[in-house]
Amino acid sequence: MNIAVLTKQVADLVEGIEIDASGRAVDRDSIRYILSESDDHALEEALLLKERSQAHVEVFSLETGEVRDGLCTALAKGADRVVMILAGQETPPSNHAAARMFASVLKGLPFDLILTGVRAIDDLDGSVGGLLAGYLGLPYVGLVRKVELVDGAATVEKEYPGGFAAELGVKLPAVLGIQAAEQPPRYVPVTRLRQVMKTAQVEEQEAEPASEEPVSVERMYKPEEGAGAAMLSGSAEEIARQIVNLLSERRVTR
Amino acid sequence: MSNDVWVVAEHARGQLSESTLETVGKGRELAHATGGKLVALLLTDDERNQINSLAAADLILLARRPEFREFTPEAYGGAIEAALKEAPPRLVLMGSTSVGLDLLSVLSARTGFACLDSCTRLDLRASQLLATCQIYGGKLFVEVALSSATTLVAVVPGSFAKPADQPSGRPEVRELTLPADLPVSRITFHRLIEPPSGDVDITKVPILVAVGRGIQNADNLPLAGELAEALGGAVCASRPVIDQGWLPLTRQVGKSGMTVKPKLYLALGISGAPEHLEGMKQSELIVAVNTDPKAPIFGAAHYGAVTDVVELIPMLTEEARKQGLKKAS
Repeated sequence: MNIAVLTKQVADLVEGIEIDASGRAVDRDSIRYILSESDDHALEEALLLKERSQAHVEVFSLETGEVRDGLCTALAKGADRVVMILAGQETPPSNHAAARMFASVLKGLPFDLILTGVRAIDDLDGSVGGLLAGYLGLPYVGLVRKVELVDGAATVEKEYPGGFAAELGVKLPAVLGIQAAEQPPRYVPVTRLRQVMKTAQVEEQEAEPASEEPVSVERMYKPEEGAGAAMLSGSAEEIARQIVNLLSERRVTR
Repeated sequence: MSNDVWVVAEHARGQLSESTLETVGKGRELAHATGGKLVALLLTDDERNQINSLAAADLILLARRPEFREFTPEAYGGAIEAALKEAPPRLVLMGSTSVGLDLLSVLSARTGFACLDSCTRLDLRASQLLATCQIYGGKLFVEVALSSATTLVAVVPGSFAKPADQPSGRPEVRELTLPADLPVSRITFHRLIEPPSGDVDITKVPILVAVGRGIQNADNLPLAGELAEALGGAVCASRPVIDQGWLPLTRQVGKSGMTVKPKLYLALGISGAPEHLEGMKQSELIVAVNTDPKAPIFGAAHYGAVTDVVELIPMLTEEARKQGLKKAS
């Protein structure tokens, strides 16, 4: 069983995010990068499958953001091989272009499963998993929260609103968009990560160039600060009192 | 080129979904303003209960097959792909939902049509169609000109109002002829998994204390529990808290969690990503607290405050107890 995991780095929203001078793109200098959350879950699910069924796990990332650190973390967590795909361009590709590049590298390789996060916070032109499945002619299921391997097929749980889920059978090879792994992504102690980084082998591979920009952005803007809400101010104690007064006046708890 | 707008109709357990009805309303407005038709694409095993809800459509393209009873991505996708290639419309709308997200990107790759996710607005300005999408958890809005001949767009549920009344006319229903060589689906439906039972049903609790990433760690959750107790309500959470395993799935609000409309939704340390807002924005009173003054949750809240929730929660509990806020039961 061979599993490929596709990961990418996205902006850490804790750090805030700025729009560049063109008004049509994010200012990349303002970004601190972290691994996309659902990609972290995709990696975790792959590692769980490795533990349960001796799968071989390879992690692929396009060369954008701070990819090398993320790939080393994947090695430290238990991935067997990590590959940085050279995109040959400065600006981060659209998801269509990213999926084309992943397709050019993965095409013909003997993977049974390709896992990736169901969506990233900066997705605009669809998701890489679905696009890749479309280009490679593979089946795709997204919003997956559980994967089991049974006789050369996968049984997956796909989430629906209201706490419902569907169990689906998927013939392999297939692409799955992971929403959440069966357990929270594992943690790597910093000392272990430092150790791995000293000896880590991050392989590099060239992709066929792709530059599709299927979406034409007119402008980017931030929502108006505090728009909609009447803002309460003061110390934490004063805020607590104002909130409770508000609930009391409106008799919401009666 | 056709100016028709297609809406991919979603249904669950036999009923058309609310988000489809909202999208049909908006799609009809756009189609009619540009001289096109609103076409509902309905894949089902039994249309009888569903067709009446689609009265706002000008035309219903119907594909009735036993395997369309439950959604499976490849069977649905294959049929829609064939229909799209046959007569491409101007715009194809679907939900940014569990169903729509399995179709959007695959169809875009298969047809070569552009696609957009997380759309919350659609406008027609000087005969140019514009879509506004929310990225970075609702912290940035992106306005995109839909300049391709055909664009597939996934719309966040709750973005458009459901039309108040249905037009009285009956839409034409046309059977969709599916190609005989449609590939056999490699994805099969096994069973529906019901929501876990035995826990509090948060959709029925009038007071909800909702916690997000701002609660910082599992050790702080009992603080929220004490506040809920003091207010006579229950604790619920946004996705990150559930994914960390700090609270059970039954307490999740938002996409793939519950949609709640309580009397009070106290959002503590929740940034307010569109996936969360779609599950709670119809609450009667929303009070949000977050350290980030730019958090999108303030756009949905009635009252807001910028402070650290871990510090604030015990103070709220104490104040609520002091004022005897809990309903005498």
